Amino acid sequence: MEKFIAIEGITKRFPAPGGGTTTVFEDLWLSMARGEFTCVIGHSGCGKTTVLNILAGLDVPSEGAVIVDNKAIEGPSLDRAVIFQGHSLLPWRTVMGNVSYAVSSKWRRLSAKDVTEHAQQVIDLVGLTGAEHKHPSELSGGMKQRVGIARALSIEPKIMLMDEPFSALDALTRGTLQDEVRRICLTTGQTAFMITHDVDEAIYLSDRIVLMTNGPGAVIAEIVENPLPKDRKRTDFHKHPRYYGVRNHIIDFLVTRSKSFAAEQGATFDRRNVPVVRPSTSSSHDGDIDGLVTSINRQVRLLNTTKKMPRGKSLKERL
Amino acid sequence: MNASPGVRLAAAFVSVVIFIVFIAAWHAATQGTSAVQGMDPEYAKLMGITATSGKSPMPGPLDVGAKLWEHLKQPFYDKGPNDKGIGIQLGYSILRVLLGYLLAVLVAIPLGFLIGMSAVMSRALDPFIQVLKPISPLAWMPLALYTIKDSSLSAIFVIFICSVWPMLINTAFGVAAVRKEWLNVARTLEVGAIRRAFTIVLPAAAPTILTGMRISIGIAWLVIVAAEMLVGGTGIGYFVWNEWNNLSITNVIIAILVIGLVGMVLDQILARIARSVTFPE
Ligand SMILES: Nc1ncnc2c1ncn2[C@@H]1O[C@H](COP(=O)(O)OP(=O)(O)OP(=O)(O)O)[C@@H](O)[C@H]1O
Ligand SMILES: [Mg+2]
Repeated sequence: MEKFIAIEGITKRFPAPGGGTTTVFEDLWLSMARGEFTCVIGHSGCGKTTVLNILAGLDVPSEGAVIVDNKAIEGPSLDRAVIFQGHSLLPWRTVMGNVSYAVSSKWRRLSAKDVTEHAQQVIDLVGLTGAEHKHPSELSGGMKQRVGIARALSIEPKIMLMDEPFSALDALTRGTLQDEVRRICLTTGQTAFMITHDVDEAIYLSDRIVLMTNGPGAVIAEIVENPLPKDRKRTDFHKHPRYYGVRNHIIDFLVTRSKSFAAEQGATFDRRNVPVVRPSTSSSHDGDIDGLVTSINRQVRLLNTTKKMPRGKSLKERL
Repeated sequence: MNASPGVRLAAAFVSVVIFIVFIAAWHAATQGTSAVQGMDPEYAKLMGITATSGKSPMPGPLDVGAKLWEHLKQPFYDKGPNDKGIGIQLGYSILRVLLGYLLAVLVAIPLGFLIGMSAVMSRALDPFIQVLKPISPLAWMPLALYTIKDSSLSAIFVIFICSVWPMLINTAFGVAAVRKEWLNVARTLEVGAIRRAFTIVLPAAAPTILTGMRISIGIAWLVIVAAEMLVGGTGIGYFVWNEWNNLSITNVIIAILVIGLVGMVLDQILARIARSVTFPE
């Protein structure tokens, strides 16, 4: 595989409050091909944002290095756009001001009119038409996130680094933007690295899903190859026969294996050659049905609690 | 501080009442009817006719009002060094304050940026600032007069030295406190140091800087009066001292009033600028 981005044995340590250091993650190895969409899933605090910051060039690893396009990263670059976890909008600038700041930073000689025009296109793309002259304080969480997305898209980067970019959005907007990001990545051949907590989002968007164990001392436990076809649609990818296999595998990891992984694998685990898995439906068929039922149950429960609907008979009982 | 219209109306009413009560009390207190007894005739002569005619030597609101009207009709007359219109005197003071203040802005803001951005400079300059800051600006006066040899320039220097510290400290603090995530935005966009200073650090630190500038203009206006009393010649401070020597309490009261009003206007201008650079988060 051609390595466009190569994370080579990075470790991050922070000084601990009582002296000494805490190791957030240790000896991570990961490579990504050009045009590949990679999602990272792991529990809060395992160091996902730190990894992304290192990829962005905003942070430096305590050990190891990151190679992009055969060159070691030495700092941030306009080729790598970042969608920050906390929006990071400039509060004294309007929506238009925030996006055009990025545009005029990328193309320094562009006339003010062209900058505005280009920024407007991207603002329209993320569905913020009409909010151009609002300040971030006047926007909802989801709108702020869309400004962050627009700002990153506007500079037409080679690599998109996204830190939970859709977390504050309602389901409808999230779907639209997921489609948009996926479309842009596919048509422009973007290489994307995205952090998410949403398993379905990871399955819909990514080619590979990186599973990180809990911190401190987090490692990449395995890389899940997405068995769904590349031309999947948001409307029906969850009906694909292999969908529940992947989904259950990931949820199973998050619920149980992410905690116990270090103890089980011990020192013998080869961090440099992380196992790549392609969850299949055939091997654990019963598990899949079970997973399906619990997942539907969970959704029914969610509906019951959020919509205050009368609690129906559980699906499992009915089956 | 957005009060409802009802609260605002009530507050305006109370303000007017307080004003009327104050003027009435002042009027009543200066209406003194009892003849001044046992006053040394020499001293009485010195204090002018009002002292012996049984009227209080302290001018009442009507005297001050009449005199104020006189000044307002003719604020800019110039009849030699000891008799200039109050407008001219104020003009001198405002000019000195603005010159000293602008000089302080030109020094404090770039230096504050340097201190705010560099941990080394911050630590290196801290002891100097700590020692220089608490010095009364008037204590510099003799040194200024001796080295500059010009009373007017010395007053400007004193304004400079007293207004530089709040601006310097606030700028350094504001610059050091710029959120890292905003700087990271600029870094990922490969924005150069100069552009970053103007497009990220300056707007982010502007509210804090303006707070310092507002404190500074207040101090500068306080200090100019004292400085001009010392150096003499021109200015509203000199006017106060001169009128005291002329025993014109009326003029002194007018000067006090005018000093207050100008101080308020200066503060309000800075407050307005501060509001225009403040951003809600
Ligand atoms: N500057 C810092 N100093 C000390 N510790 C830090 C620093 N930045 C991050 N950490 C620690 O590193 C760990 C990983 O942080 P990080 O933000 O990368 O987590 P994350 O996986 O992105 O979590 P989340 O899903 O909640 O965003 C956390 O335990 C955090 O406390
Ligand atoms: Mg994070």
